[in-house]
Amino acid sequence: MANKPDRKKRYSLMVRFRHNKVAFVSLIILILIFIVTIFAPVFTSYSPTSGTLSQRLQAPSFTAPSEGASPHYLGTDQQGRDVLSRLIYGARVSLKVGFVVAIVGALIGITVGMLAGYFGGWTDMIIMRLVDIQASSPTLLIALTFVMVLGPGERNLIIALLINSWTLFCRMARSQVLIIRGSAMVESGHAIGAGNKRIVFRHIMPNIISPLITTFVMELAHFINAEANLSFLGFGVQPPTSSWGLMIGEGRQYITNAWWIVLFPGIMIGITVLCLNLVGNWVREEFDPLAVKR
Amino acid sequence: MNNTPEKGTTAMEPLVSLRNLKKYFPIGGGLLKKAKSNVHAVDDVNLDIRERETLGLVGESGCGKTTIGRLALKLLPKTEGEIYFRGQDIYKYNPDQEKKFRQQAQLIFQDSFSSFDSRNRIGDIIGEPLIVHNIAQGSELEDRVAELLKTVGLKTDLMYEYPHTLAAGQKQCVGIARSIALRPSFIVADEPISALDVSVRAMVLNLMKSLQTSQDLTYMFISHDIRVVRWLSSHLAVMYLGKLVEYGETEEVFNNRLHPYTEALLNAVPIEDPRDRDIEKSILLGEVPSPVDPPPGCRFAPRCKLAKERCRQENPVLEERRPGHLVACFENYHGDSEI
Amino acid sequence: MGMGKYILQRLAFTVVVILGVSIMIFLITHVIGDPVAVMLPLQASEEQRVALTAQLGLDKPILEQLGIFLSDAARLDFGISWWQRVPCINVVMEKMPATLLLVTLACLIAVVVAIPLGIAAAYKPGSLIDRLLTGGSLLGISLPPFWIGLMLMLVFAVGLGWLPTSGIGSWRHVVLPAVTLAFNPAGHLAQIVRFEMIQQLASNYVLTARSKGVKEIVILFRHALKNIMTSAITMLGSDYAKLVGGLCATVEVVFGWPGFGHLVTDTIHNLDFPLLQTEVFFVAVFVCLLNLLIDILYAFFDPRIRY
Repeated sequence: MANKPDRKKRYSLMVRFRHNKVAFVSLIILILIFIVTIFAPVFTSYSPTSGTLSQRLQAPSFTAPSEGASPHYLGTDQQGRDVLSRLIYGARVSLKVGFVVAIVGALIGITVGMLAGYFGGWTDMIIMRLVDIQASSPTLLIALTFVMVLGPGERNLIIALLINSWTLFCRMARSQVLIIRGSAMVESGHAIGAGNKRIVFRHIMPNIISPLITTFVMELAHFINAEANLSFLGFGVQPPTSSWGLMIGEGRQYITNAWWIVLFPGIMIGITVLCLNLVGNWVREEFDPLAVKR
Repeated sequence: MNNTPEKGTTAMEPLVSLRNLKKYFPIGGGLLKKAKSNVHAVDDVNLDIRERETLGLVGESGCGKTTIGRLALKLLPKTEGEIYFRGQDIYKYNPDQEKKFRQQAQLIFQDSFSSFDSRNRIGDIIGEPLIVHNIAQGSELEDRVAELLKTVGLKTDLMYEYPHTLAAGQKQCVGIARSIALRPSFIVADEPISALDVSVRAMVLNLMKSLQTSQDLTYMFISHDIRVVRWLSSHLAVMYLGKLVEYGETEEVFNNRLHPYTEALLNAVPIEDPRDRDIEKSILLGEVPSPVDPPPGCRFAPRCKLAKERCRQENPVLEERRPGHLVACFENYHGDSEI
Repeated sequence: MGMGKYILQRLAFTVVVILGVSIMIFLITHVIGDPVAVMLPLQASEEQRVALTAQLGLDKPILEQLGIFLSDAARLDFGISWWQRVPCINVVMEKMPATLLLVTLACLIAVVVAIPLGIAAAYKPGSLIDRLLTGGSLLGISLPPFWIGLMLMLVFAVGLGWLPTSGIGSWRHVVLPAVTLAFNPAGHLAQIVRFEMIQQLASNYVLTARSKGVKEIVILFRHALKNIMTSAITMLGSDYAKLVGGLCATVEVVFGWPGFGHLVTDTIHNLDFPLLQTEVFFVAVFVCLLNLLIDILYAFFDPRIRY
């Protein structure tokens, strides 16, 4: 269909976004974090995994430790590694784990949820029982069990978190589909002879996207937190790689004389999760004002 | 109306034929429990619609008329009985025939807007049937859509708009355009004007009438308002609680009401002059009973002033009492005052 | 359906869940994991491996093992902890009370802080106090609890020396961990109380009551609060269950609190399979029963839900 510009338009998405300053600022912050993370070598020349022991536990400063090197703006840790560098590279790990789990979980959960909602009957019943059982189970402990059995590490951590990530997306997608399924729109689709595939992907899915986006953003925040928790306890990412949670875990014993090792990673987690929550909240309020907070 | 489908004959073969059609909705019951009661939405209905007829299907809410419309288009699964389209059982279609059936039989919604994907433009909405059946694409599609918009009396520019910007009457016309896109021969119109302002109704009704001629259409016109049905319909079928109680040519039924319920429906029409209103004329008592597990006997008996003992025990069958005019009633009612 | 029937239905569901969880755990540890490989040193010989497998009963067919596990579990016999060499159930029971104490206290703090603030914010939406509350609650949810704990410890224990840094014993020991743990539920609670309260205050019945001259306090306590109870209870109950179910672990580790969470961490470090199974089982039971309790409480507060 020719895209003649629609003259009577409600004001566009970007304009509405700009009206809510908090959400907009949060998004900018997130984009900045993202950029710095991807282009890490641009922002720091120090290696995140090996350091000079003679430089260990240095406080944050603006003075360069030696000729030609840049200052340790955020100090050094117990092995002489630059904290800022570890923070930036650690972001890669934390964000990567969060994203992978959220995306895979979303893909699986949404597909299963849409199927359950659209076909109903036995399919729906079985799937929902599974979701209920999973949702009532202690998710953290099950993740930990996986870790214990498979051993710690980034890959196993992702697997462990994946086990539970799909359930929320599944519930969300299913309830949205149920709302639409009985609608005249679907009936009309049947009447003109459209197949199930067309109805589901061309009509149902675009209409349920926005609550799913909210869920995705919130879950992302949740998984970043989960990774931090598990890495802090030593079950996630292993040294010498850094992740925000691991930095706090390792730096714990030095807290009295080297508080910077613990302070900055925590702030980063807080900011990232906070911004994600704010953006998620905005998406929900804009597109579904009747939704109640989880 | 035949009681058995005569598949050999062509000239008088009905376009649509319903035989012993039943639709029950179970209530209660769950995963392990079987449902104990059923809503008898459609109970043993026999109906024929011939080509270029307009069958007006009337009755109160819950009488099953909407369900029959959906059943005839295979949008709801039947419980029992057969539905024939051009002599073929629609439940015995192979996928190709099924697709062709969809091209031939269409639906007009009471609220067309709710049937639109509101995220699509009008052009996409009207053009979708053509895409689904691979009939047209690209600029040819646009031309076809423009033509359809003109046919229903709308400006072709409208195809770039979104549905929420249209007025109610325009939305309904878009719905009609969508339903004739595939050049069907049979259209079920489910209360197509009930949600419209009185002033707009005439416009839509006129459109439907002209389309019938220009597009060679057969209509099933479902409505609770017997007056609009009169103008458009060639035949009338009156339903009560899932059962067909009277059938015949429109004017014949209007001038000779043989079933007390039909009389009551017609008397529900407000009479302008208060002096002409006669309360005694009303033969309706009480409220509509529930269609769940109905008791034996005539469905209308509990509300019928003429009900006798036999009416409560036995279910009356449709019989031809005047030429071409059938009724299901044990009493010999004949309302022949001018309406 | 009556209340009794409802409870029975939910109990049946609980059993199904616990069964499901147990099976899941069993599968994970025995099918994916290999307890024998974990327990033996790398140089162990084949005979040692076979002997240990037989001793642990791991040479029997999987289904039989599962059956034994489930029937034992029904009798609350979870075997001996590999690490501590005493019955698993004893270990768990010993550590549970400490965690329950901590989590209960944390939730109490959350209630005392969040509900009044949430109500206050609802009365003046958009005001300074509202924005402080929303910001504070969001921060409380976003900052990792173990980090909050460490920061508090830094300030109050190390810096100011008012409170001990770890351990258990006096009331002083419980302050920091409980306050730390309270941030998350307080944040959730504050948000939901504020949201629901705003809706209540905008509703028709409040308008009517005010126009009839009913005192604000009465409206608040007799009507509005009761109506938001279901949401508040759900949120708090869910947080409580999650905390006991393992989210308390990081905070307990930070403060050296000898509770269930800390136990789970150690269990995993020690690769103690039977003990972990026990812990998971317990948490599953606890969470299910808690949910049931919440559902029953619902019926008290919302007369529309009468099972």
